[in-house]
Amino acid sequence: MEVAGRRGHAVMGLVAVALAFLPFWASGYALQLTSNALVAAMFALSLQLLVGGAGLVSLGHAAFFGIGAYVLFLLPSPLSILATLPMAALSAGLTALVVGAFAVRTQKFYFLMVTLAFGQMLFFLFHDTALGGGKDGVFVTRPALSLLGWEYAVPRRDRPAVSLWLNLAVLTGLYALCAWFMGTLYGRALQGIRANEHRMRALGFDTNRLKLGAFALAGACAGIAGHQAAMTEAFVNPDMLGWHRSAEALLMILLGGIGALHGPIIGAFAYVGLAEVAQIITERQRLVQGVVILAAVLVLRRGIAGLWRRAA
Amino acid sequence: MLIAQVLNGVQYGLLLFLISAGLTLIFGVLGMINLAHGSLFMVGAYLAFAVVRAGAPLWVALPAAVLAGVALGTLLERGLFRWFREREHLDQVLLTFALILLFEEARAALFGNAFHGVAVPAALDFSVPVTADFSYSAYRLAVLGACLLVAAGLFFVLERTRVGAAVRAAAERPEMLELLGMDARRIHTLVFAAGTALAMLAGALAAPLYSVYPNMGEGFLIISFVVVIVGGPGSVAGAFWTALLVGMVDTLGKAYLPEVAGLAVYVLMAAVLLWRPTGLFARA
Repeated sequence: MEVAGRRGHAVMGLVAVALAFLPFWASGYALQLTSNALVAAMFALSLQLLVGGAGLVSLGHAAFFGIGAYVLFLLPSPLSILATLPMAALSAGLTALVVGAFAVRTQKFYFLMVTLAFGQMLFFLFHDTALGGGKDGVFVTRPALSLLGWEYAVPRRDRPAVSLWLNLAVLTGLYALCAWFMGTLYGRALQGIRANEHRMRALGFDTNRLKLGAFALAGACAGIAGHQAAMTEAFVNPDMLGWHRSAEALLMILLGGIGALHGPIIGAFAYVGLAEVAQIITERQRLVQGVVILAAVLVLRRGIAGLWRRAA
Repeated sequence: MLIAQVLNGVQYGLLLFLISAGLTLIFGVLGMINLAHGSLFMVGAYLAFAVVRAGAPLWVALPAAVLAGVALGTLLERGLFRWFREREHLDQVLLTFALILLFEEARAALFGNAFHGVAVPAALDFSVPVTADFSYSAYRLAVLGACLLVAAGLFFVLERTRVGAAVRAAAERPEMLELLGMDARRIHTLVFAAGTALAMLAGALAAPLYSVYPNMGEGFLIISFVVVIVGGPGSVAGAFWTALLVGMVDTLGKAYLPEVAGLAVYVLMAAVLLWRPTGLFARA
């Protein structure tokens, strides 16, 4: 998996600046849509740490996304985002640590089935018990944007704009964290595991421990994405934990390019854009989604990021 | 009451076996995971619904489900799965995820999104007295018997025939087929077709018990994965005993501890993974 170079990061920075100017001319609906894409990008990026980073395909990743979201429901409400965001990351990360302890002992498709099963277990925990406030979902109070006793009360009119800026900032932070992480020895060891786990073990790396750490980190990042989703929508529901969401994130990774860290971000925007177009054309969302996946799997084998590289 | 729950558990477990036998064999022999396996179960159930709605008796749907399953399975394996064996896991997962979406869309287009009951065949619409003060649905007993028959047939083929030996060899060591000079591709098609037929047959048998509804395959798919994980991937005997165990734990849990029943099978799975990470019936 490649991390973009200086030129790539300059392009990404320009796109981010362009997005930051959206609130000055775009409609509230467009801002909402962009926020959705940004949140989807955070989630897909967190999964890319596992898929592109360590070669681990997880179908239970959405559970950590959902836990990050439900933190806003479970915590007493008027809290600062400076408290809720770390709490979301911590709860999701710790849950991922427990699930990962079971999952990383298994290999390949077995790993996929185990993550799927544990993910669904957490889904049912929120779907069937009173813990999550019911299977239809609940409204949550947005955390306050406060710092050292000073609080910014967002006027209703400005909410989409503030959401967008906040999501853009969080995504940028997450990307920077992931890019840094993949460059460390730990990140490189994960790449080694993806290429050849036996060899890494022979070299003396405790691969299970490395994978477990990556699983927990990716879970914590997914928790941050979930927190942002709940904050943007002011609503959480058990479907946030369901495995369809994990599969969607895998699709974003494939669409954007499994071989690049920024692939899932491109993929998330492409996916949200496609879904929006599909909604205008037809009622049959699943048909479009299914055909897009088939096309992506059959034709676009290295994703949109791969096309770029071929052209360059 | 207990005896009713135990019978329900056995009957549910045997249905789970029909679904997970195909899943575990496809996993063991082809080395692929088929997320759309639950959709095949759903196709079987809707086939039974369509047959009964057209005025034909339910038992017509059973051979129809098997034949359609063989045809559909052959088509899927030859047309799609074969070309994905060497591809990345991500591609295989998304391919089968796309199939789920397409099957669901086809279901919505053909039958709509409503729940539909499927009538129990008139000949079996009575209760069998089991003890002095307890009687049990004849249709459920018939399903139980039919599943046992199919399971016995499956084990006979696997244990006593040349083809079965080849399949077992392939499930344990996929490279064995080539060494034995057999055409691996034909075994792959056979296993996939048989797995599809079993899932569709299970769907047709289950339709009167659970009625037919959108996404009905999903719950069965996830529980079948638990069965495959706990039993050990590739092991049909493992799938059989585990399916019974899971069916029993789930049914008894729902009857006596409804608050935590949804989680009971997963706790079982976690315990097995701690104890034997490769499943109860795995060789190595």
